Amino acid sequence: MLASFVTDPNFRAVLYIISFSLFIYGLSGLTGPKTAVRGNRLAALGMAIAVIATFLYDEVNNIPLIVAGVVVGTVIGVPAAKMVKMTAMPQMVALFNGVGGGAVALIAWVEFRESGGYAHVPTYVAIFSLFSAIVGSVSFWGSNIAFAKLQELIDGRPRTLGPLQIPVNAGLILAAVGLAAAIVAGSHNELLIILLLIAAALFGNLLVLPIGGADMPVVISLLNAFTGLAAAAAGVALDNTALIVAGMLVGCSGTILTQQMAQAMNRSIGSIIAGGFGGGGSAAASADTSGGTVRATSAADAAIQMAYARQVIVVPGYGMAVSQAQHAVREMTKLLEEKGVTVKFAIHPVAGRMPGHMNVLLAEADVPYDQLKEMDEINGEFGRTDVSLVIGANDVTNPDARNKPDSPIYGMPILNVDESQSIIVLKRSMSAGYAGIDNPLFTNPKTSMLFGDAKQSVENIIEELKAL
Amino acid sequence: MEVSNLVSNLAILVLAGFVGYAVISKVPNTLHTPLMSGTNAIHGIVVLGGIVLLVLGAAEGFVNHLLLFIAVVFGTINVIGGFLVTDRMLEMFKTKPKDQAEAGDNA
Repeated sequence: MLASFVTDPNFRAVLYIISFSLFIYGLSGLTGPKTAVRGNRLAALGMAIAVIATFLYDEVNNIPLIVAGVVVGTVIGVPAAKMVKMTAMPQMVALFNGVGGGAVALIAWVEFRESGGYAHVPTYVAIFSLFSAIVGSVSFWGSNIAFAKLQELIDGRPRTLGPLQIPVNAGLILAAVGLAAAIVAGSHNELLIILLLIAAALFGNLLVLPIGGADMPVVISLLNAFTGLAAAAAGVALDNTALIVAGMLVGCSGTILTQQMAQAMNRSIGSIIAGGFGGGGSAAASADTSGGTVRATSAADAAIQMAYARQVIVVPGYGMAVSQAQHAVREMTKLLEEKGVTVKFAIHPVAGRMPGHMNVLLAEADVPYDQLKEMDEINGEFGRTDVSLVIGANDVTNPDARNKPDSPIYGMPILNVDESQSIIVLKRSMSAGYAGIDNPLFTNPKTSMLFGDAKQSVENIIEELKAL
Repeated sequence: MEVSNLVSNLAILVLAGFVGYAVISKVPNTLHTPLMSGTNAIHGIVVLGGIVLLVLGAAEGFVNHLLLFIAVVFGTINVIGGFLVTDRMLEMFKTKPKDQAEAGDNA
């Protein structure tokens, strides 16, 4: 009796309803820092329920194989998630996203094989399954390239095929869609779906290769949305409501995130995909030196300047992340606060490599949440600020975005660092940022530069502050 | 019969899209990275697709089993890695009692 109850399709459907309700409720918890941890755990609980429900059939096959797959996945996934440094988080998300896309594509391939090239299933199943195959394959390969670029396994600079880029990409997508159409029309040769997966894979590679570091978060977000949509399509093909709801939720959130990120950079998603800033290499190559003079300073001078300020605004960027300077920055701000200095953090929406990246790092270093100010909140305050300390941020402080209409980043909202009384910039060298363009902030007479690794520089400032 | 099944699934698809939009458009900027990571974990639900095909014995043979095995491995990495990483990120946003006291002192 019990066995027939739990294997009733309606019981399974109810478990799926519980599980996707937990996804929705969990995601709504992610809207606030206080409820976010619980929200994430509720979503994980929903996932556990959905997985268990999937085993509740009268007759279950291949259990050892499934268990082996789950064990191998766990053995790879848990250490990867536990050991990854917070600074490497963006590429980890890209990698996890990629394998999800790969799973969708593989499932579609098996569906093709077991149905004799969709010969024994309704046409809509073939259409949704092939959609998931294409999008899953694009997501898998695109995410892997994003991972390789951020992990610096391959050069992060934009690489394009030049004028051929758009025709080649369009050709690959048309080829994939054409192959899908041929399969739906009744061709059952397995070679067709293999070619389809390869065309989508090449497209995924070419989609991400031309994209420079600064645009990478937007692309990861876009690929995240892709994988969600692919999962939803796979859900329709497999008649699985949990997959449909979960996939669609992700598809929508990814789309919203992608739009918000692109807006924050004043870029359209289309122009990001079309290629790197200013068509790539040429702008970057000529960027190193400009006419103005740069004033270098020492850690001792920087410490004195800040110690006698009323208000200091710290502007963190990717440079703080790469040198893992967040703990040193926290210690420095504590010392400044002991001296009666008000310290705030100005967080640009695209500082670092992901929205919220800086917040995660600073939270790791125990910087109180309410000290972190978003751009709109803090921009009015720079005029009243004695010292702005820019730590490894570049493009998000570039006044050209406000003043120079022919600049590639013109119109991008920036932090108005140049309005403060004085500016100290911590930077490794005079090289350009990811956008590969000059930053007149560095040659501003109010600006002094403290060259060197961000963490080392901050530690030097701490020593000087202690000595004061 | 098949068509009505498709239509009800499409209804779920559309409604889920709107729910996703409504829920997620309220997330503050600062939580975007954890949100991306959390939603990333959720689409790991594709692991169900691999599991269900294996459980039903719908696709037998070595090649099918190999492909589905890899799919289950990939899906599991996506789910478990995704949730753990998100959890780690979010733990850092938790306000510690110590910090509250400090923030009070500084205010």
